[in-house]
Amino acid sequence: MNIEEIIRPENKTASRPRLLLDVNTHYCPGCSHGVVHKLIAEVIDEMGLEDNVVGVAPVGCAVFAYNYIDIDWVEAAHGRAPAVATALSRLNPGNVVFTYQGDGDLAAIGIAETIHAANRGENIVIVFINNAIYGMTGGQMAPTTLLGQKTATTPYGRTAELNGYPIKISDILAGLDGTCYVTRQSVHTPASVRKTKAALKKAFENARQKRGTSIVEVVSTCNSGWKLTPEQSNHWMEENMFEKYPLGDLKNV
Amino acid sequence: MEQEVKLMKGNEAIAHAAIRYGMDGYFGYPITPQSEVLETLTLEKPWETTGMVVLQAESEVAAINMVYGGAASGKAVMTSSSSPGVSLKQEGISYIAGARLPALIINVMRGGPGLGTIQPSQADYFQATKGGGHGDYHLIVLSPATVQEMTDFVGLGMDLAFKYRVPAMILADGIVGQMMEKVVLPPARPRRTDEEVRAQCPWAATGKHGRGHRNVVTSLELDSAVMEKNNEILQDTYKLITANEVRCQEYFTDDCDYLIVAFGTVARIALKAIEEAREKGIKIGLLRPITLWPFPTDAVAAMSRKVKGILTVELNAGQMVEDVRLAAEGRVPVTHFGRMGGMIPTPAEILDAFNRDFGKE
Repeated sequence: MNIEEIIRPENKTASRPRLLLDVNTHYCPGCSHGVVHKLIAEVIDEMGLEDNVVGVAPVGCAVFAYNYIDIDWVEAAHGRAPAVATALSRLNPGNVVFTYQGDGDLAAIGIAETIHAANRGENIVIVFINNAIYGMTGGQMAPTTLLGQKTATTPYGRTAELNGYPIKISDILAGLDGTCYVTRQSVHTPASVRKTKAALKKAFENARQKRGTSIVEVVSTCNSGWKLTPEQSNHWMEENMFEKYPLGDLKNV
Repeated sequence: MEQEVKLMKGNEAIAHAAIRYGMDGYFGYPITPQSEVLETLTLEKPWETTGMVVLQAESEVAAINMVYGGAASGKAVMTSSSSPGVSLKQEGISYIAGARLPALIINVMRGGPGLGTIQPSQADYFQATKGGGHGDYHLIVLSPATVQEMTDFVGLGMDLAFKYRVPAMILADGIVGQMMEKVVLPPARPRRTDEEVRAQCPWAATGKHGRGHRNVVTSLELDSAVMEKNNEILQDTYKLITANEVRCQEYFTDDCDYLIVAFGTVARIALKAIEEAREKGIKIGLLRPITLWPFPTDAVAAMSRKVKGILTVELNAGQMVEDVRLAAEGRVPVTHFGRMGGMIPTPAEILDAFNRDFGKE
């Protein structure tokens, strides 16, 4: 059997989703963002939302999220994506609006906008990438950085005395009356990828049905920031992150 | 709604004008002395009639970013605040300018710096006309002197914002926000349909709706050569606005020996002072800039060739006076009289200042 006999349409088991653009990635090898982007592209396509969806990109590594998924996008100021999405959603009730935010964007500078959008029950999806570090600016402490974790601004490890505690923002959001679905997932194994895709689909369906705010937190790796290999990062995440940020649904109304 | 004649505050007039204009959304946060805008809108509940969205945001920062989001989808959206709140909005205004979005921002100015006072001021002239936030950008800045102009400038500002894809600001002093006057409210016109929005704003993030290509609204560009080009597009737009949209009003300028330049409510007080001076045979004219940016530079320059001196009167320590001096190019003395902290000059004080500067001649 030669290679031409193997490369045939009927033998194809996986491909680039239709709405994922064929461009070079700016994300580091091993980064979780690419997997989540792919899942969002698949979910939007499978739900037939291409013409009626608007994404709101954050400031952080995912600032260029709009370069990868072939839909309408708005690039927000740092932390303000939920406010931008609020207006996009309320003024265009026929559209499904989602934000895509990292931990610094969502839980530090943008915590007010996040909490108030969720508390108003805006009919939006918030995709929250929690890798416990600032990637874009070079690996500084995030609000979700674990105690003891070394970053560019906690070079001796995060201490509660100096930096306070890692914030479990999804637990706070689950306690608000405006949220209908809050879940914490990961994308480091085939099984977890499938679960995250199902969670995203549920969240987008909630937005389509105007059921309130849905939050899909994806506990993620940042091997460049963590200074580990991609494989080591997955193990480090399982051993350290999951204890503080356990996976599963926090709220599903 | 037909045309109506009403007695109301400037802030209330803004709310009614917005509904009648067919505004799609208002996003605001309470702050004295402009809270009546949000209060009037929630009382009128236009979401039940025109479908206009009205939302009290959690902060001025959130409100301006809601405006950014709404404008990004091609909708006619606005916010209002007062000086400290407008300072908070500056980052968002810079993004709106950078992304080339139309929007209307209203600043009913109070005294600063800091928390300052809730009394009237014009101390945000620099902030409004010279940029305010980061980066090279301008707003179209309209200065109302009457409650009627508060009404009219809502439509004018939003129309200009859409015409040039540049945010517009109504820079009002606290007096015209709080003052009650007779006002003619225009007949209501319907909000644009979503189809009309998509046709008018082919750049907007409306959802693709079969467009065939995606729209991305952003102010970000890491390629310096492209970013310089983006800046040049903005600067070309500002040149076009400067050439086409300067507005000012002149009184008694046909025969005047001296000129007073004042904007907003202060121009009305100055006009009273000028009338009193003319009774004594002192011929002073008044030039009232209506667009503070673009500034009526040519009109001031022309007057500086005719008169012996120019006095600017402002509710600040001397801000617009710099633009008047640039226009006069040293041809005649340009002086300044200002009150601060919420104090408002009387016509007599303005004449005293005039005599202080030009009385010996």
